Amino acid sequence: MSDGLTDLYQEVILDHSRNPRNFGPADEADRTARGNNPLCGDRVTVFLNLDGDEISDAQFDARGCAISLASASMMTEMIKGKSVEEAKALFEKFHALVTGENGFGAGPDLADLATLSGVKDFPTRIKCATLAWHAMVAALDGTDEDVKTE
Amino acid sequence: MATNPENAMPTPAFDIESVRQDFPILSEEVYGKPLVYLDSGASAQKPRAVIDAISSVYESEYANVHRGVHYMSQKATDRMEAARETVRAFINARDIREVIFVRGATEGINLVASSWGRQNLSEGDEIILSVMEHHSNIVPWQLIAEQTGAEIKVVPISDDGALDMDAYADLMSDRTKIVAITHVSNALGTIVPVEEIIRIAHERDVPVLLDGCQAAPHMVLDMQALDVDFYVFSGHKIYGPSGIGVLYGKAELLEAMPPYHGGGEMIDVVTFEKTTYADLPFKFEAGTPHISGIIGMGAAIEYINGLGLENIAAHEHDLLEYGAVKLSEINSLRMIGTAPEKAAILSFVLETVHPHDVGTILDREGIAVRTGHHCAQPVMDRFDIAATIRASIGMYNTREEIDTLVAGLGRVQEIFGQ
Repeated sequence: MSDGLTDLYQEVILDHSRNPRNFGPADEADRTARGNNPLCGDRVTVFLNLDGDEISDAQFDARGCAISLASASMMTEMIKGKSVEEAKALFEKFHALVTGENGFGAGPDLADLATLSGVKDFPTRIKCATLAWHAMVAALDGTDEDVKTE
Repeated sequence: MATNPENAMPTPAFDIESVRQDFPILSEEVYGKPLVYLDSGASAQKPRAVIDAISSVYESEYANVHRGVHYMSQKATDRMEAARETVRAFINARDIREVIFVRGATEGINLVASSWGRQNLSEGDEIILSVMEHHSNIVPWQLIAEQTGAEIKVVPISDDGALDMDAYADLMSDRTKIVAITHVSNALGTIVPVEEIIRIAHERDVPVLLDGCQAAPHMVLDMQALDVDFYVFSGHKIYGPSGIGVLYGKAELLEAMPPYHGGGEMIDVVTFEKTTYADLPFKFEAGTPHISGIIGMGAAIEYINGLGLENIAAHEHDLLEYGAVKLSEINSLRMIGTAPEKAAILSFVLETVHPHDVGTILDREGIAVRTGHHCAQPVMDRFDIAATIRASIGMYNTREEIDTLVAGLGRVQEIFGQ
Protein backbone atom coordinates (compact mmCIF):
# COMPACT_ATOMS: atom_id res chain seq x y z
CA MET A 1 0.00 0.00 0.00
CA SER A 2 1.82 3.05 -1.23
CA ASP A 3 -0.87 5.68 -0.73
CA GLY A 4 0.64 7.03 2.49
CA LEU A 5 -2.20 5.79 4.67
CA THR A 6 -0.10 3.21 6.49
CA ASP A 7 2.51 5.89 7.19
CA LEU A 8 -0.21 8.19 8.48
CA TYR A 9 -1.96 5.62 10.62
CA GLN A 10 0.96 3.83 12.23
CA GLU A 11 0.25 1.46 15.10
CA VAL A 12 1.72 3.80 17.69
CA ILE A 13 -0.62 6.57 16.52
CA LEU A 14 -3.64 4.30 16.62
CA ASP A 15 -2.62 3.16 20.09
CA HIS A 16 -2.42 6.74 21.39
CA SER A 17 -5.76 7.57 19.79
CA ARG A 18 -7.49 4.54 21.30
CA ASN A 19 -5.88 4.93 24.69
CA PRO A 20 -4.90 8.55 25.03
CA ARG A 21 -2.48 9.23 27.89
CA ASN A 22 -3.06 12.00 30.43
CA PHE A 23 -6.64 12.20 29.21
CA GLY A 24 -9.62 13.81 30.87
CA PRO A 25 -10.47 17.14 32.46
CA ALA A 26 -8.20 18.27 35.32
CA ASP A 27 -9.76 19.37 38.59
CA GLU A 28 -7.09 21.93 39.14
CA ALA A 29 -4.57 23.41 36.77
CA ASP A 30 -2.32 26.44 36.85
CA ARG A 31 -2.92 27.08 33.18
CA THR A 32 -5.76 26.07 30.89
CA ALA A 33 -6.39 26.84 27.24
CA ARG A 34 -8.86 25.60 24.70
CA GLY A 35 -8.33 24.93 21.04
CA ASN A 36 -11.11 24.80 18.52
CA ASN A 37 -11.09 23.75 14.89
CA PRO A 38 -14.15 25.47 13.41
CA LEU A 39 -13.70 23.50 10.22
CA CYS A 40 -14.54 20.17 11.81
CA GLY A 41 -15.90 21.06 15.23
CA ASP A 42 -13.03 19.36 17.06
CA ARG A 43 -12.16 20.74 20.45
CA VAL A 44 -9.28 20.27 22.84
CA THR A 45 -8.55 21.65 26.29
CA VAL A 46 -5.01 21.56 27.64
CA PHE A 47 -4.34 21.70 31.39
CA LEU A 48 -0.84 22.52 32.66
CA ASN A 49 0.70 22.71 36.10
CA LEU A 50 3.87 24.69 36.49
CA ASP A 51 6.60 24.34 39.07
CA GLY A 52 8.52 27.53 38.57
CA ASP A 53 9.56 27.41 34.93
CA GLU A 54 9.00 23.66 34.64
CA ILE A 55 5.87 21.95 33.36
CA SER A 56 5.21 19.56 36.21
CA ASP A 57 2.00 18.09 34.83
CA ALA A 58 0.11 18.13 31.55
CA GLN A 59 -3.29 16.76 30.76
CA PHE A 60 -5.82 17.18 27.99
CA ASP A 61 -9.48 16.65 27.26
CA ALA A 62 -10.68 16.47 23.69
CA ARG A 63 -12.96 15.17 21.06
CA GLY A 64 -11.28 14.69 17.76
CA CYS A 65 -9.80 12.45 15.12
CA ALA A 66 -7.06 9.88 15.59
CA ILE A 67 -4.39 12.34 14.48
CA SER A 68 -5.42 15.08 16.89
CA LEU A 69 -5.87 12.70 19.84
CA ALA A 70 -2.54 10.95 19.22
CA SER A 71 -0.72 14.23 18.81
CA ALA A 72 -2.21 15.64 22.02
CA SER A 73 -1.54 12.44 23.93
CA MET A 74 2.10 12.31 22.87
CA MET A 75 2.47 16.01 23.54
CA THR A 76 1.39 15.69 27.16
CA GLU A 77 3.87 12.87 27.64
CA MET A 78 6.68 14.80 26.02
CA ILE A 79 6.34 18.18 27.69
CA LYS A 80 6.15 16.94 31.26
CA GLY A 81 9.35 17.93 33.01
CA LYS A 82 10.30 20.37 30.29
CA SER A 83 10.81 24.09 30.76
CA VAL A 84 8.50 26.54 29.07
CA GLU A 85 11.16 27.36 26.50
CA GLU A 86 11.90 23.69 25.84
CA ALA A 87 8.21 22.94 25.31
CA LYS A 88 7.89 25.77 22.81
CA ALA A 89 11.03 24.67 21.02
CA LEU A 90 9.62 21.16 20.80
CA PHE A 91 6.48 22.54 19.15
CA GLU A 92 8.56 24.42 16.60
CA LYS A 93 10.37 21.28 15.67
CA PHE A 94 7.17 19.25 15.59
CA HIS A 95 5.48 21.90 13.46
CA ALA A 96 8.33 21.73 10.96
CA LEU A 97 7.99 17.97 10.89
CA VAL A 98 4.27 17.84 10.11
CA THR A 99 4.37 20.67 7.60
CA GLY A 100 7.41 19.13 5.92
CA GLU A 101 9.27 22.42 6.19
CA ASN A 102 12.64 21.09 7.23
CA GLY A 103 12.07 18.18 9.51
CA PHE A 104 15.08 16.74 11.20
CA GLY A 105 17.34 19.60 12.24
CA ALA A 106 19.09 19.97 15.54
CA GLY A 107 17.01 20.45 18.66
CA PRO A 108 14.92 18.40 21.00
CA ASP A 109 14.38 14.72 20.34
CA LEU A 110 10.91 14.07 18.91
CA ALA A 111 10.78 10.42 20.02
CA ASP A 112 7.30 8.97 19.24
CA LEU A 113 6.20 12.28 17.78
CA ALA A 114 8.27 11.41 14.73
CA THR A 115 5.61 8.85 13.83
CA LEU A 116 3.36 11.78 12.93
CA SER A 117 5.65 12.79 10.06
CA GLY A 118 3.20 11.11 7.66
CA VAL A 119 0.90 14.09 8.20
CA LYS A 120 3.06 16.19 5.88
CA ASP A 121 1.62 14.27 2.93
CA PHE A 122 -1.94 15.15 4.03
CA PRO A 123 -2.06 18.95 4.13
CA THR A 124 -5.70 19.03 5.22
CA ARG A 125 -4.71 17.18 8.40
CA ILE A 126 -1.91 19.45 9.61
CA LYS A 127 -4.38 21.43 11.70
CA CYS A 128 -5.49 18.23 13.41
CA ALA A 129 -1.92 17.47 14.42
CA THR A 130 -1.13 20.95 15.72
CA LEU A 131 -4.37 21.97 17.46
CA ALA A 132 -3.38 20.77 20.95
CA TRP A 133 0.05 22.32 20.55
CA HIS A 134 -1.37 25.72 19.76
CA ALA A 135 -3.54 25.39 22.87
CA MET A 136 -0.48 24.37 24.91
CA VAL A 137 1.42 27.48 23.82
CA ALA A 138 -1.64 29.64 24.54
CA ALA A 139 -1.82 28.12 28.02
CA LEU A 140 1.86 28.86 28.64
CA ASP A 141 1.38 32.40 27.41
CA GLY A 142 -1.66 32.79 29.63
CA THR A 143 -3.90 33.72 26.71
CA ASP A 144 -7.52 33.68 27.74
CA GLU A 145 -9.06 33.50 24.32
CA ASP A 146 -9.73 30.20 22.62
CA VAL A 147 -7.20 29.20 20.04
CA LYS A 148 -8.59 28.67 16.58
CA THR A 149 -6.97 26.96 13.68
CA GLU A 150 -8.64 29.21 11.14
CA MET B 1 -46.01 19.34 -4.84
CA ALA B 2 -45.38 17.90 -8.29
CA THR B 3 -47.87 20.14 -9.96
CA ASN B 4 -45.54 22.47 -11.80
CA PRO B 5 -46.46 21.72 -15.39
CA GLU B 6 -43.47 23.54 -16.80
CA ASN B 7 -40.74 21.33 -15.42
CA ALA B 8 -42.62 18.17 -14.57
CA MET B 9 -42.81 16.88 -18.11
CA PRO B 10 -41.69 13.29 -17.97
CA THR B 11 -39.04 12.34 -20.46
CA PRO B 12 -38.45 8.66 -21.02
CA ALA B 13 -34.70 8.93 -21.42
CA PHE B 14 -32.59 8.91 -18.30
CA ASP B 15 -29.53 7.10 -19.46
CA ILE B 16 -27.00 7.24 -16.65
CA GLU B 17 -24.04 6.52 -18.90
CA SER B 18 -24.86 9.37 -21.24
CA VAL B 19 -25.51 11.65 -18.26
CA ARG B 20 -22.07 10.81 -16.88
CA GLN B 21 -20.49 11.63 -20.20
CA ASP B 22 -22.03 15.08 -20.02
CA PHE B 23 -19.86 15.85 -16.97
CA PRO B 24 -16.22 16.17 -18.03
CA ILE B 25 -14.82 16.06 -14.48
CA LEU B 26 -16.20 12.57 -13.92
CA SER B 27 -13.51 11.14 -16.18
CA GLU B 28 -10.78 12.55 -13.92
CA GLU B 29 -8.71 10.26 -11.75
CA VAL B 30 -7.79 10.94 -8.12
CA TYR B 31 -4.63 9.27 -6.80
CA GLY B 32 -4.77 7.02 -9.84
CA LYS B 33 -8.34 5.94 -9.12
CA PRO B 34 -11.59 6.96 -10.79
CA LEU B 35 -13.20 9.93 -9.08
CA VAL B 36 -16.23 8.86 -7.06
CA TYR B 37 -17.93 12.15 -6.38
CA LEU B 38 -20.34 11.86 -3.47
CA ASP B 39 -20.25 15.49 -2.39
CA SER B 40 -22.90 17.08 -4.59
CA GLY B 41 -24.68 18.34 -1.49
CA ALA B 42 -21.73 20.68 -0.96
CA SER B 43 -21.47 21.58 -4.62
CA ALA B 44 -22.55 19.73 -7.74
CA GLN B 45 -20.33 19.16 -10.77
CA LYS B 46 -21.06 20.96 -14.02
CA PRO B 47 -22.31 19.47 -17.28
CA ARG B 48 -20.69 20.42 -20.57
CA ALA B 49 -23.79 22.48 -21.42
CA VAL B 50 -23.13 24.81 -18.48
CA ILE B 51 -19.40 25.09 -19.17
CA ASP B 52 -20.12 25.86 -22.83
CA ALA B 53 -22.81 28.41 -22.00
CA ILE B 54 -20.41 30.33 -19.75
CA SER B 55 -17.63 30.20 -22.35
CA SER B 56 -19.95 31.33 -25.10
CA VAL B 57 -21.00 34.41 -23.12
CA TYR B 58 -17.43 35.58 -22.89
CA GLU B 59 -16.52 34.47 -26.39
CA SER B 60 -19.36 36.00 -28.33
CA GLU B 61 -22.06 37.79 -26.35
CA TYR B 62 -20.54 39.71 -23.48
CA ALA B 63 -21.02 43.29 -22.31
CA ASN B 64 -22.60 44.92 -19.30
CA VAL B 65 -26.35 44.46 -19.05
CA HIS B 66 -29.26 46.89 -18.91
CA ARG B 67 -26.92 49.73 -19.86
CA GLY B 68 -25.59 50.17 -23.33
CA VAL B 69 -27.56 50.82 -26.46
CA HIS B 70 -25.01 48.76 -28.32
CA TYR B 71 -25.41 45.30 -29.79
CA MET B 72 -23.35 43.31 -27.28
CA SER B 73 -25.05 44.85 -24.28
CA GLN B 74 -28.42 43.99 -25.76
CA LYS B 75 -27.31 40.40 -26.46
CA ALA B 76 -26.01 39.88 -22.93
CA THR B 77 -29.14 41.46 -21.47
CA ASP B 78 -31.37 39.22 -23.57
CA ARG B 79 -29.55 36.07 -22.47
CA MET B 80 -29.57 37.09 -18.82
CA GLU B 81 -33.27 37.93 -18.85
CA ALA B 82 -34.02 34.70 -20.72
CA ALA B 83 -32.34 32.90 -17.82
CA ARG B 84 -34.63 34.73 -15.41
CA GLU B 85 -37.60 33.37 -17.31
CA THR B 86 -36.02 29.89 -17.21
CA VAL B 87 -35.75 30.18 -13.43
CA ARG B 88 -39.32 31.45 -13.15
CA ALA B 89 -40.63 28.45 -15.04
CA PHE B 90 -38.39 26.08 -13.05
CA ILE B 91 -40.00 27.13 -9.78
CA ASN B 92 -43.36 28.09 -11.29
CA ALA B 93 -43.31 31.62 -9.93
CA ARG B 94 -46.15 33.84 -11.04
CA ASP B 95 -43.99 36.57 -12.47
CA ILE B 96 -40.34 37.18 -13.38
CA ARG B 97 -40.44 40.18 -11.05
CA GLU B 98 -40.44 37.64 -8.21
CA VAL B 99 -37.12 36.14 -9.28
CA ILE B 100 -34.23 38.04 -7.67
CA PHE B 101 -30.68 37.10 -8.55
CA VAL B 102 -28.39 36.97 -5.53
CA ARG B 103 -24.93 35.55 -4.87
CA GLY B 104 -26.38 32.41 -3.37
CA ALA B 105 -28.92 31.17 -0.87
CA THR B 106 -26.91 32.75 1.94
CA GLU B 107 -27.26 36.21 0.44
CA GLY B 108 -30.94 35.57 -0.23
CA ILE B 109 -31.59 34.82 3.43
CA ASN B 110 -29.52 37.79 4.55
CA LEU B 111 -31.51 39.99 2.20
CA VAL B 112 -34.84 38.89 3.65
CA ALA B 113 -33.64 38.92 7.26
CA SER B 114 -32.21 42.39 6.84
CA SER B 115 -34.72 44.10 4.58
CA TRP B 116 -37.94 42.43 5.69
CA GLY B 117 -36.68 42.09 9.25
CA ARG B 118 -35.77 45.74 9.77
CA GLN B 119 -39.22 46.73 8.62
CA ASN B 120 -41.26 44.10 10.42
CA LEU B 121 -39.45 42.97 13.58
CA SER B 122 -39.34 44.64 16.95
CA GLU B 123 -38.75 43.87 20.60
CA GLY B 124 -40.51 40.71 21.75
CA ASP B 125 -41.30 39.44 18.26
CA GLU B 126 -40.37 35.85 17.51
CA ILE B 127 -38.63 34.16 14.60
CA ILE B 128 -39.12 30.40 14.27
CA LEU B 129 -36.24 28.29 12.94
CA SER B 130 -35.54 24.59 13.24
CA VAL B 131 -32.64 22.87 14.97
CA MET B 132 -31.46 21.41 11.67
CA GLU B 133 -30.85 24.68 9.88
CA HIS B 134 -27.64 25.37 8.02
CA HIS B 135 -25.71 28.18 9.70
CA SER B 136 -26.82 30.34 6.75
CA ASN B 137 -30.37 30.14 8.01
CA ILE B 138 -29.41 30.83 11.61
CA VAL B 139 -26.84 33.59 11.70
CA PRO B 140 -28.69 36.15 9.50
CA TRP B 141 -31.64 35.85 11.88
CA GLN B 142 -29.40 36.21 14.92
CA LEU B 143 -27.99 39.39 13.43
CA ILE B 144 -31.40 40.93 12.84
CA ALA B 145 -32.67 39.68 16.21
CA GLU B 146 -29.79 41.47 17.89
CA GLN B 147 -30.64 44.70 16.10
CA THR B 148 -34.40 44.57 16.64
CA GLY B 149 -34.78 42.81 19.99
CA ALA B 150 -36.65 39.94 18.37
CA GLU B 151 -36.16 36.41 19.70
CA ILE B 152 -35.40 33.13 17.98
CA LYS B 153 -37.43 30.02 18.75
CA VAL B 154 -36.17 26.64 17.62
CA VAL B 155 -38.28 23.70 16.47
CA PRO B 156 -36.75 20.42 17.69
CA ILE B 157 -36.42 17.16 15.76
CA SER B 158 -37.02 13.58 16.79
CA ASP B 159 -34.31 10.92 17.01
CA ASP B 160 -34.71 9.94 13.38
CA GLY B 161 -34.26 13.54 12.25
CA ALA B 162 -37.89 14.32 11.44
CA LEU B 163 -39.17 17.76 12.36
CA ASP B 164 -41.34 17.78 15.48
CA MET B 165 -44.52 19.20 13.96
CA ASP B 166 -46.39 19.28 17.28
CA ALA B 167 -43.64 21.39 18.79
CA TYR B 168 -43.76 23.63 15.74
CA ALA B 169 -47.48 24.20 16.14
CA ASP B 170 -46.96 24.88 19.85
CA LEU B 171 -44.25 27.47 19.18
CA MET B 172 -46.60 29.46 16.96
CA SER B 173 -48.03 32.41 18.82
CA ASP B 174 -49.19 35.98 18.38
CA ARG B 175 -45.56 36.99 18.75
CA THR B 176 -44.44 34.86 15.79
CA LYS B 177 -43.52 37.14 12.90
CA ILE B 178 -41.73 34.85 10.46
CA VAL B 179 -40.83 31.17 10.00
CA ALA B 180 -37.56 30.26 8.29
CA ILE B 181 -36.99 26.55 7.76
CA THR B 182 -35.04 24.29 5.49
CA HIS B 183 -36.90 22.35 2.82
CA VAL B 184 -34.40 19.48 2.96
CA SER B 185 -31.81 19.20 5.74
CA ASN B 186 -28.27 19.39 4.41
CA ALA B 187 -26.87 17.34 7.30
CA LEU B 188 -29.57 14.67 7.55
CA GLY B 189 -31.45 14.64 4.26
CA THR B 190 -34.80 14.98 6.03
CA ILE B 191 -37.53 16.35 3.79
CA VAL B 192 -39.55 18.79 5.85
CA PRO B 193 -43.34 18.74 5.37
CA VAL B 194 -43.28 22.29 4.12
CA GLU B 195 -46.90 22.38 2.95
CA GLU B 196 -47.98 21.80 6.55
CA ILE B 197 -45.40 24.29 7.85
CA ILE B 198 -46.81 26.93 5.51
CA ARG B 199 -50.43 26.09 6.20
CA ILE B 200 -49.99 26.46 9.96
CA ALA B 201 -48.05 29.71 9.60
CA HIS B 202 -50.55 31.21 7.17
CA GLU B 203 -53.39 30.54 9.61
CA ARG B 204 -51.79 33.36 11.57
CA ASP B 205 -50.72 35.36 8.52
CA VAL B 206 -47.08 34.59 9.31
CA PRO B 207 -44.83 34.50 6.23
CA VAL B 208 -42.52 31.53 5.60
CA LEU B 209 -39.04 31.45 4.09
CA LEU B 210 -37.78 28.10 2.87
CA ASP B 211 -34.11 27.28 2.35
CA GLY B 212 -34.30 25.19 -0.79
CA CYS B 213 -30.59 24.54 -1.35
CA GLN B 214 -30.87 20.79 -0.92
CA ALA B 215 -34.35 20.56 -2.44
CA ALA B 216 -33.94 22.37 -5.76
CA PRO B 217 -31.60 19.76 -7.30
CA HIS B 218 -33.82 16.86 -6.31
CA MET B 219 -37.51 17.71 -6.51
CA VAL B 220 -39.99 19.61 -8.61
CA LEU B 221 -40.66 23.03 -7.13
CA ASP B 222 -43.84 24.99 -7.48
CA MET B 223 -43.96 28.34 -5.72
CA GLN B 224 -47.62 28.92 -6.50
CA ALA B 225 -48.81 25.53 -5.28
CA LEU B 226 -46.66 25.84 -2.15
CA ASP B 227 -47.88 29.38 -1.57
CA VAL B 228 -44.52 30.01 0.08
CA ASP B 229 -43.55 33.61 0.77
CA PHE B 230 -39.79 33.45 0.24
CA TYR B 231 -37.66 30.67 -1.24
CA VAL B 232 -33.90 30.59 -1.76
CA PHE B 233 -31.48 28.26 -3.52
CA SER B 234 -27.96 28.33 -4.94
CA GLY B 235 -26.88 27.85 -8.55
CA HIS B 236 -23.87 25.70 -7.78
CA LYS B 237 -25.95 23.01 -6.14
CA ILE B 238 -28.16 22.65 -9.21
CA TYR B 239 -25.18 21.95 -11.50
CA GLY B 240 -24.66 25.63 -12.30
CA PRO B 241 -21.85 28.00 -11.35
CA SER B 242 -21.07 29.25 -7.86
CA GLY B 243 -21.56 32.87 -6.89
CA ILE B 244 -25.12 32.97 -8.17
CA GLY B 245 -28.43 32.01 -6.63
CA VAL B 246 -32.07 32.87 -6.49
CA LEU B 247 -34.35 34.57 -4.04
CA TYR B 248 -38.00 34.05 -4.86
CA GLY B 249 -40.39 36.33 -3.05
CA LYS B 250 -44.05 37.11 -3.46
CA ALA B 251 -44.26 40.37 -5.37
CA GLU B 252 -46.41 42.12 -2.79
CA LEU B 253 -43.90 41.33 -0.03
CA LEU B 254 -40.87 42.33 -2.11
CA GLU B 255 -42.58 45.55 -3.18
CA ALA B 256 -43.16 46.57 0.41
CA MET B 257 -39.56 45.89 1.46
CA PRO B 258 -36.80 48.51 1.44
CA PRO B 259 -33.74 47.91 -0.77
CA TYR B 260 -30.98 45.75 0.68
CA HIS B 261 -27.95 47.11 -1.15
CA GLY B 262 -27.76 50.49 -2.83
CA GLY B 263 -25.97 51.16 -6.08
CA GLY B 264 -26.36 50.95 -9.81
CA GLU B 265 -29.18 49.05 -11.50
CA MET B 266 -31.49 49.32 -8.47
CA ILE B 267 -32.32 52.99 -8.94
CA ASP B 268 -34.92 54.96 -10.82
CA VAL B 269 -33.75 58.56 -10.34
CA VAL B 270 -30.82 59.63 -8.17
CA THR B 271 -30.35 63.13 -6.84
CA PHE B 272 -28.63 64.14 -3.63
CA GLU B 273 -32.00 65.18 -2.27
CA LYS B 274 -33.84 61.97 -2.99
CA THR B 275 -33.41 58.70 -4.83
CA THR B 276 -36.24 56.60 -6.11
CA TYR B 277 -35.82 52.91 -6.68
CA ALA B 278 -36.25 50.68 -9.66
CA ASP B 279 -39.11 48.25 -9.91
CA LEU B 280 -38.82 44.56 -9.13
CA PRO B 281 -36.69 42.60 -9.58
CA PHE B 282 -34.01 45.26 -10.09
CA LYS B 283 -34.70 47.00 -6.80
CA PHE B 284 -32.81 44.16 -5.12
CA GLU B 285 -30.07 43.77 -7.70
CA ALA B 286 -27.62 46.58 -7.02
CA GLY B 287 -24.43 46.56 -9.02
CA THR B 288 -23.40 44.71 -12.14
CA PRO B 289 -24.74 41.21 -11.70
CA HIS B 290 -22.93 37.91 -12.18
CA ILE B 291 -23.91 37.89 -15.85
CA SER B 292 -22.18 34.69 -16.93
CA GLY B 293 -23.25 33.03 -13.69
CA ILE B 294 -26.90 33.81 -14.34
CA ILE B 295 -26.65 32.51 -17.89
CA GLY B 296 -24.77 29.44 -16.67
CA MET B 297 -27.44 28.76 -14.05
CA GLY B 298 -30.09 29.09 -16.74
CA ALA B 299 -28.19 26.52 -18.82
CA ALA B 300 -28.06 24.19 -15.83
CA ILE B 301 -31.82 24.39 -15.40
CA GLU B 302 -32.35 23.73 -19.09
CA TYR B 303 -30.09 20.71 -18.78
CA ILE B 304 -32.10 19.44 -15.80
CA ASN B 305 -35.35 20.07 -17.68
CA GLY B 306 -34.03 18.08 -20.63
CA LEU B 307 -33.54 15.05 -18.41
CA GLY B 308 -36.69 15.64 -16.38
CA LEU B 309 -36.37 16.40 -12.68
CA GLU B 310 -38.75 13.58 -11.88
CA ASN B 311 -36.48 11.12 -13.69
CA ILE B 312 -33.49 12.48 -11.82
CA ALA B 313 -35.36 12.18 -8.53
CA ALA B 314 -36.33 8.58 -9.26
CA HIS B 315 -32.73 7.66 -10.08
CA GLU B 316 -31.44 9.35 -6.93
CA HIS B 317 -34.09 7.75 -4.78
CA ASP B 318 -33.01 4.33 -5.98
CA LEU B 319 -29.42 5.15 -5.00
CA LEU B 320 -30.50 6.51 -1.63
CA GLU B 321 -32.37 3.33 -0.78
CA TYR B 322 -29.60 1.12 -2.12
CA GLY B 323 -27.01 3.09 -0.15
CA ALA B 324 -29.03 2.96 3.07
CA VAL B 325 -29.27 -0.84 2.81
CA LYS B 326 -25.61 -1.34 1.90
CA LEU B 327 -24.32 0.95 4.63
CA SER B 328 -26.56 -0.62 7.25
CA GLU B 329 -24.75 -3.91 6.64
CA ILE B 330 -21.52 -2.42 8.00
CA ASN B 331 -20.80 -3.23 11.63
CA SER B 332 -20.28 -0.20 13.83
CA LEU B 333 -21.90 2.14 11.33
CA ARG B 334 -24.71 4.33 12.59
CA MET B 335 -26.89 6.32 10.22
CA ILE B 336 -27.60 9.87 11.38
CA GLY B 337 -30.95 10.92 9.94
CA THR B 338 -33.37 8.13 9.15
CA ALA B 339 -36.57 10.08 8.73
CA PRO B 340 -39.18 8.39 6.52
CA GLU B 341 -38.98 11.18 3.94
CA LYS B 342 -35.42 11.79 2.80
CA ALA B 343 -33.56 13.10 -0.20
CA ALA B 344 -30.09 12.39 -1.56
CA ILE B 345 -28.11 12.41 1.68
CA LEU B 346 -26.51 9.53 3.57
CA SER B 347 -25.04 10.85 6.80
CA PHE B 348 -23.36 8.44 9.18
CA VAL B 349 -20.70 7.81 11.80
CA LEU B 350 -18.49 4.84 12.54
CA GLU B 351 -18.52 4.07 16.25
CA THR B 352 -14.76 4.10 16.77
CA VAL B 353 -13.28 6.04 13.86
CA HIS B 354 -13.56 9.79 13.64
CA PRO B 355 -15.15 11.16 10.43
CA HIS B 356 -11.98 13.04 9.51
CA ASP B 357 -9.94 9.87 9.53
CA VAL B 358 -12.63 8.17 7.45
CA GLY B 359 -12.62 11.08 5.00
CA THR B 360 -8.84 10.96 4.57
CA ILE B 361 -8.84 7.22 3.89
CA LEU B 362 -11.78 7.42 1.47
CA ASP B 363 -10.04 10.30 -0.31
CA ARG B 364 -7.09 8.05 -1.13
CA GLU B 365 -9.57 5.66 -2.70
CA GLY B 366 -10.75 8.45 -4.98
CA ILE B 367 -13.97 8.93 -3.03
CA ALA B 368 -15.06 12.49 -2.26
CA VAL B 369 -17.36 12.76 0.74
CA ARG B 370 -17.88 15.60 3.16
CA THR B 371 -16.77 15.08 6.73
CA GLY B 372 -17.46 17.57 9.44
CA HIS B 373 -20.41 19.38 10.94
CA HIS B 374 -21.80 20.45 7.56
CA CYS B 375 -22.31 24.01 8.80
CA ALA B 376 -25.06 22.68 11.01
CA GLN B 377 -23.52 22.52 14.47
CA PRO B 378 -26.82 22.60 16.39
CA VAL B 379 -27.94 19.38 14.72
CA MET B 380 -24.59 17.76 15.54
CA ASP B 381 -25.10 18.77 19.17
CA ARG B 382 -28.61 17.32 18.98
CA PHE B 383 -27.10 13.91 18.20
CA ASP B 384 -24.17 14.52 20.57
CA ILE B 385 -21.58 14.10 17.85
CA ALA B 386 -18.92 16.45 16.51
CA ALA B 387 -19.20 15.47 12.90
CA THR B 388 -20.54 12.96 10.42
CA ILE B 389 -19.45 11.45 7.15
CA ARG B 390 -21.86 12.62 4.49
CA ALA B 391 -22.24 10.98 1.12
CA SER B 392 -24.54 13.14 -0.96
CA ILE B 393 -25.98 11.93 -4.21
CA GLY B 394 -26.22 13.70 -7.53
CA MET B 395 -27.85 12.74 -10.80
CA TYR B 396 -24.60 11.21 -12.11
CA ASN B 397 -23.94 8.75 -9.29
CA THR B 398 -24.30 5.00 -9.69
CA ARG B 399 -24.85 1.89 -7.61
CA GLU B 400 -21.27 0.90 -8.43
CA GLU B 401 -20.07 4.08 -6.75
CA ILE B 402 -22.05 3.20 -3.63
CA ASP B 403 -20.29 -0.18 -3.71
CA THR B 404 -16.94 1.62 -3.96
CA LEU B 405 -17.88 3.69 -0.92
CA VAL B 406 -18.75 0.54 1.02
CA ALA B 407 -15.43 -1.04 -0.01
CA GLY B 408 -13.63 2.15 1.06
CA LEU B 409 -15.25 1.90 4.47
CA GLY B 410 -13.90 -1.66 4.59
CA ARG B 411 -10.44 -0.22 4.08
CA VAL B 412 -11.06 2.17 6.97
CA GLN B 413 -11.92 -0.73 9.24
CA GLU B 414 -8.87 -2.63 8.03
CA ILE B 415 -6.52 0.27 8.85
CA PHE B 416 -8.14 0.83 12.21
CA GLY B 417 -7.96 -2.86 12.94
CA GLN B 418 -11.60 -3.74 13.28
